[in-house]
Amino acid sequence: MNFYIVSLIKSAIVAFALLTALAYIQWVERKVLAHIQLRIGPRRVGPHGLLQPLADVIKLLTKEDMIPSHVNKFFYLLAPFLAVMFALISIAVIPFGTEVKIGSFSTPMQLADLNVGVLFILGLSGIGVYGVALAGWASNNKYALIGGLRSSAQMISYELPMAMAIAAPLLLLNSLSFRQLVDGQAGYYLGFIPRWSIFQGPFPQIVSFLIFLVAAFAETNRVPFDLPEAENELVAGFHTEYGSMKFAAFFMAEYANMVTVSCVAVLLFLGGWQPLWPAEYGSSFVPTVIFLIAALVCFYHGFNPARPLDRYTLPVAGVVFLGLAGIFLVPIVSAIILPLFWFLAKVGAVLFVYIWIRGTLPRFRYDQLMNFAWTFMFPVAIINLFVTALMVALT
Amino acid sequence: MPPLPESVPFTWYLILSAVLFSLGVAGFLFRRNVITVFMSIELMLNAVNLSFVAFSYKFKQPDGHIFSFFVMVVAAAEAAVGLAIILTVFKNRRTLEIDEVSSLKN
Amino acid sequence: MEHVILFLVFAAIAVICAVNLVLQTHPISSALSLVGVMGALALIYLQLGGEFIASAQLIVYAGAIMVLFIFVIMLLNAGTEHKMPRTLWVKYGGLPLLALFIGVAAWVIQRMFPPAPSGLFGNMTHGTPQDIGRLLFQTYLLPFEVTSILILIAILGAVVLARKEIQ
Repeated sequence: MNFYIVSLIKSAIVAFALLTALAYIQWVERKVLAHIQLRIGPRRVGPHGLLQPLADVIKLLTKEDMIPSHVNKFFYLLAPFLAVMFALISIAVIPFGTEVKIGSFSTPMQLADLNVGVLFILGLSGIGVYGVALAGWASNNKYALIGGLRSSAQMISYELPMAMAIAAPLLLLNSLSFRQLVDGQAGYYLGFIPRWSIFQGPFPQIVSFLIFLVAAFAETNRVPFDLPEAENELVAGFHTEYGSMKFAAFFMAEYANMVTVSCVAVLLFLGGWQPLWPAEYGSSFVPTVIFLIAALVCFYHGFNPARPLDRYTLPVAGVVFLGLAGIFLVPIVSAIILPLFWFLAKVGAVLFVYIWIRGTLPRFRYDQLMNFAWTFMFPVAIINLFVTALMVALT
Repeated sequence: MPPLPESVPFTWYLILSAVLFSLGVAGFLFRRNVITVFMSIELMLNAVNLSFVAFSYKFKQPDGHIFSFFVMVVAAAEAAVGLAIILTVFKNRRTLEIDEVSSLKN
Repeated sequence: MEHVILFLVFAAIAVICAVNLVLQTHPISSALSLVGVMGALALIYLQLGGEFIASAQLIVYAGAIMVLFIFVIMLLNAGTEHKMPRTLWVKYGGLPLLALFIGVAAWVIQRMFPPAPSGLFGNMTHGTPQDIGRLLFQTYLLPFEVTSILILIAILGAVVLARKEIQ
């Protein structure tokens, strides 16, 4: 019984944190894109637009939930359900840190430590194609059908290079369970270079990391591979006929997929929750220093405000950052939160790369995209796997 | 209502496999759309996979998993070629019912 | 005890989806029911300790082969089937005969195997990817290589058969 109750509590915490994070990733994306494009982004709803996701959620919930008359009702309602379900289930095997020890009770920071966690994620990304294909087909609309078929063909084409790019570091690390993969990336070369997969072993997995990132962009239908759902190309592609909460479901599924592949990239290639340099040289103080600097910046701008409301909100933010910096100094809490901080920092960096590329690159045409997958990515992934296997076998 | 046993008896897996297989045979014999017939064949292959894995558990050897893996791979190859043939037949005959593709009969 | 309940739930899902496959008129509904059957079977494989086979079922069967089926159904725009006139034999004798066949098969199977403990989650002994990999590359190396050639031939055949004719 204890196991079930603990699992329920962990699932509730992870679900709540994930849904909040999904809403705020959208805020981050809008702000970052706006600053890349030399504008400001949302700033009216709450200080610096921080309540904008809340306003969006209220709008989407209260909008009229319309079902067009010409659609195939069962599949039209089933498609966003499937998309969201399989996108959110993938988070169950992602470990966020080491164990949480409270007194005599300890539980790993992961919902399910499967022995075949990597295969599970691959399988779910394969099944995630159904939501998109069904959405395109059930809408009974030429453009939606073409968008849906193109999107699903793109997703299954890029699954192959992604699977081979995942297989290469597994040859070095010899396990399929995420926790053992991260434990295999502990330790340091020469005392200060971390043993992450991209620096490790007989063959550093840099090529695999790049292939995985590019394939992940294509899997999650993000720029530069987002032709099937671009607003000005195919009348918004497979979610043309969807409004209000069902459209929000597809958006949530897309961001959840982004979060999942970023987490998998960090776990496989960037060392999970292992810090960047050893703890003897002071890497445990990095979060404290970062939050202290953030607090100082907030206080400085609070006393020379650029906008009138900043005089009140920025000092409050500064105090919050000071509190966070203080929490990382408490030893009991710090042992739990420090790996979590490193993991979230790395995932945040990968997500920032996602958003940065969205603001920078134009999009591929569809035949260029498919050509790129089959004539370039797939051979490069095979050659990379072959060279990795050769190097592992020779040592 | 008889009490449930402690662990799943081994024969229940085989009965489930038999039920799925006979449903696959029923679909194969009674449906007219050629794609549905093909899917009934896949259902039969799945039922056989379940039998292999169940026996592999009983005799504590992983060979059943290997057989099941090969069945999956061969089913994939067969599905690819079979669907390509269906596409070609559809292009020529414009119909998806197996009763109408009968020009070699009699 | 909960393993038996879980097995019954997954088996019920598999049988209901299989019945749905046979009874539905539209091919897309049948295809999605088949995906449901494959999902339920993957969970039963997990219960039998075949974690690699469960993942392979999800990745290969439910994630690739069935997507291929759904693509072909959407491309061919296959509509619903017409109801076929059935002979009296089939209409009134079909289902009872099927039930009789299944009952006889179940009774024969029950007689063949004496009761033995089995079927526990967490009792995974030999279905790990390491064991499967070891067997696949040592004992069954020849079938493995032959199967890869078979897949190559299937790819060539599918590409040749499904391409547009050059007029």
